[in-house]
Formats: sequence, structure tokens, C-alpha cells
Amino acid sequence: MKKTIFYDTHIKLGAKMAPFGGYDMPIQYEGIIAEHRYTRTAATLFDTCHMGEFLIEGAQACTDLETIVSCDVSVLQPGKCKYGFLCNPEGGVIDDLIIYRLSPESFFLVVNASTADADFSWISGHLSAATSRRNLSQETAKIDLQGPHSAKIACMLLNKTITELSYYSFTHVPYKAAPLLISRTGYTGELGFELYLDAPRALTFWNEAMELGAKPAGLGARDTLRLEMGFPLYGHELDENRNAAESTFTQAISTTKTFIGSTAVRKNHVTGHMLTGIRLMGRRAARAGDAVFDKDGSLIGAVTSGSFAPTLGYAVALAYVASEKRQPDTAVLVGSDRYRLDGTITTIPFFKNATARKKIADYV
Amino acid sequence: MYEAVSSKPFFVRERPIMTPNDRKFTKTHEWVKTEGAEICVGLTAYAQESLGDVTFIELPSLGKKVTRGKGCCVIESVKAASDIYAPSSGEISSVNKALDGKPELINTDPYGVAWVFKIKDYAASDLDALMDAAAYDAFVESQQ
Repeated sequence: MKKTIFYDTHIKLGAKMAPFGGYDMPIQYEGIIAEHRYTRTAATLFDTCHMGEFLIEGAQACTDLETIVSCDVSVLQPGKCKYGFLCNPEGGVIDDLIIYRLSPESFFLVVNASTADADFSWISGHLSAATSRRNLSQETAKIDLQGPHSAKIACMLLNKTITELSYYSFTHVPYKAAPLLISRTGYTGELGFELYLDAPRALTFWNEAMELGAKPAGLGARDTLRLEMGFPLYGHELDENRNAAESTFTQAISTTKTFIGSTAVRKNHVTGHMLTGIRLMGRRAARAGDAVFDKDGSLIGAVTSGSFAPTLGYAVALAYVASEKRQPDTAVLVGSDRYRLDGTITTIPFFKNATARKKIADYV
Repeated sequence: MYEAVSSKPFFVRERPIMTPNDRKFTKTHEWVKTEGAEICVGLTAYAQESLGDVTFIELPSLGKKVTRGKGCCVIESVKAASDIYAPSSGEISSVNKALDGKPELINTDPYGVAWVFKIKDYAASDLDALMDAAAYDAFVESQQ
């Protein structure tokens, strides 16, 4: 199993480790709920070095990527990034990714760990011969700094210009005599940043951020934080057999251009099962694979993720539910052979007061 | 190599939870304490540590007949759901209602206020095979 550059740090911090995406990763340090709450109220650090990064460059790079990813690429200005899907011809999702436009002819793609190698092959196979492609995953360290205190910490360690970043924009700032890429993005719903840099400076940044009050958070809290926001997790809400349109993330899918899978994605737009939020009535969680029933007991869908939601005090779930049965406030039953839980169809995000899109000036 | 921030976990428990000597233990990580005509059952410190933050417990109903080694209630943490097994056959005579609103007590005081249920009309012979504290500590050690 692979280790990130932070492996020894995690062990020294007392993390419980477990395999994720081919890496031995920290699930929790102090506890999932404590780390979740600290992200919502202060600032946490996530080791996200396991994720994949690709550099795609050349005069044809933009045109090539337009056919490969589901979101519009040519309208993206340098300094902006966008969430999108890599689809197969059937409209299924090979991966979800963020695409950064570094310059008119240079793009930085960030993908999931478990799919990174397959993604790189897939993308390479669809690029023009003249377009250069580099898999930078091994040499790129990545840290997510998330939470309402993240801007203050980033300002102290980096550069005041980060306060000018709008949501889903990025810049290069100097840190320890070299630039790093910092974007105002994240997977928690809170004001926060993702940083890309080399290994030695990443370790220094982690330690310096901890000295300024950031605490480490593991994949357990990362999962409950994203679930409260209704963000999809590849392998749960998204996979190769599930049409991208069913995810309901319409902002990630161009309505005009042609891309691999676009015909299938558009054909499916108003049919089938759609990703739906379910609020459970108590603390007991529904789990991936549980069935969803309407009040008459008919099967209407299946749960893809579920957990107690620490900020909300009750359990929530994401499920694919028949499109005609997913009106908000509809009562449903969720369960398996062993239990049935009362739930209600709810709009996502489940947690509506997160800080990701707030004005940075109010937090520094 | 690179220098990490500190050589010790930053949240080290000030006082590790000792395995108490006044009760017995199952291989499924329940503790069992005899209290007159009843046995009191809870989860061990190792069990709560493995579960992580406990978020929900479904207590058994009073009067429920339970069978030794069979699941009789469900406990959930953020990541997973698990059964709690009856250490002896008998009848549920009491449940710890405090856990309904505060299941996290199982994390903070597993051998004290966070007992889970009591069984009456238990079979004393069912308890013979259970481990004492030293044997349980050795068993946990062997699992790691």
C-alpha cells in the first residue's frame, strides 16, 4: 500500500489509519465528530496528497479537453477552476474532477486517487498528438485547509492577496522562496483552500498551520462534512454505470457542447432515478445499499451514502430515487431486512449555513 | 526525514481506561457484572475505542427474552453499525435510558455510567467461560 509524505506525521499525531484509494490514510485523530465540529467552527488540515494531478498543455489543449470533460472549458478564464465529470460514451462517470485553467493553453486537472491512473490513460487516449500531458501525482503534495479560520491562517502564512480569491478561483503565491498554487475550493462546505506544492514545503506548511491553531482532520470527518453538503463521493454517488445527469449536478454538465457521453447524458436528463437528499427522523443512520420505499411500501430507490450528521444532530442520506417520487417533504421509509427508518425527502445541502461562499474579508 | 510537529499525539488521554477487576468479559467485547439476581452488561473500553464516536443505540425492550451469543441490540458510530451480544440467556430487566439522549457516554465512561442493559433469570453457567480482566487484556492484545 502507498503512503503519502504525511504518513509519519499521521502516526505521530496518533491517527487511526486505513486503506483508501490505494493509500494508507488517516481516518481520524481525536475523533470524527470533534474534527467535523472543528472544521465547521475553526480550521482543519486534511492530507489530500493521495489525489491525482495532471498537466495538459498545448495549442489544442482547450479544444481537446472540451471533448473529454462534461463542463464548459473554453469559457473558463485563467485563474478560475470548475467542477466536471469524465464520462464514458454511455454517459456513465469515469471520475469527477476539478479543472484549473493556468493560462490560455495550460490546464491542471485534479482527480480521485483510486481512479487517477485509469483517468490519465483515458484522457491521454483522447488528446491530440501535439497536446502534452504529464501525470504530476507523485511529485505534487496537496493539503486542504478548511474552516472559517482558514483565511486568517492562510493570510498569516502566505500572502494577503489570497483574500481577493472568489469561490472557485486560484492564484500562485510565494511560500518559502517558491510559488504554490492555492485555490478557494474544498470538500467541506466551509470557507477554505486547497494547496498544491512540493513535499518539503507541504510538511512545513502543515506544521506552521498547526502552530496557528489548525488541527488535523481525517477522512472520516471529510466524509461527514461532504455528506452534510450533499457533495458526491466517487464510488458511492458516482460510478461508470450511473448516468452523469442523474447526479443532478447540472452546473458540471454543459448543455450546449458535444463531449464524450453527451448524447447519453442529455437523453437521460429527465428520466430514471435522480440523486436525492433524505433527512432521517432520528440519530440512527441509513447506510449505502439500504432500500428507499414510499409510504405505500413500494420500492422507489436506494441509498448511496448515509451517516449521523454531527452539525445537524440527526442522520441524513443521499439516495437515487425515482424522479417522480422525489418531491421535497415527501415521507419515505429507508431500511434493510433488519430495520425501517422514517425519513423525508429534503433539498440538499442538508446543512445550509456553511461559509464556503461568504466574503473572505469578514473572516480575516 | 522531515520534522513533524510533535513526538506525541496531541490528544493523549490523561488517564487510560483500566480494565476493571470486578467483572468478566466476552470475546465480543461486552463486560458482565453480577448484581444480585441480575447481571449488568456494557461495552468495553476497547469496543468503544474501535467503534469511534457513538451516535445511536437501540436499547432492547424490557421483558425481551435474549439468548447467549445472539445480538440483542444495535449500536452505531459515525462509520458503522454493530450488534451487542447477550452474554447469557435470560430476560431484559432494565435498560440504561440515559444512553438514549447521550449515546456518547459509551465513549467517555464505558465501565461506569454507560452500562447498557441488565438481564434477570440468567444462566449462571453461561458466565463460566467468560474472561477475567487479565485474560481479556491478553485477548485484546492478541487481536492487535
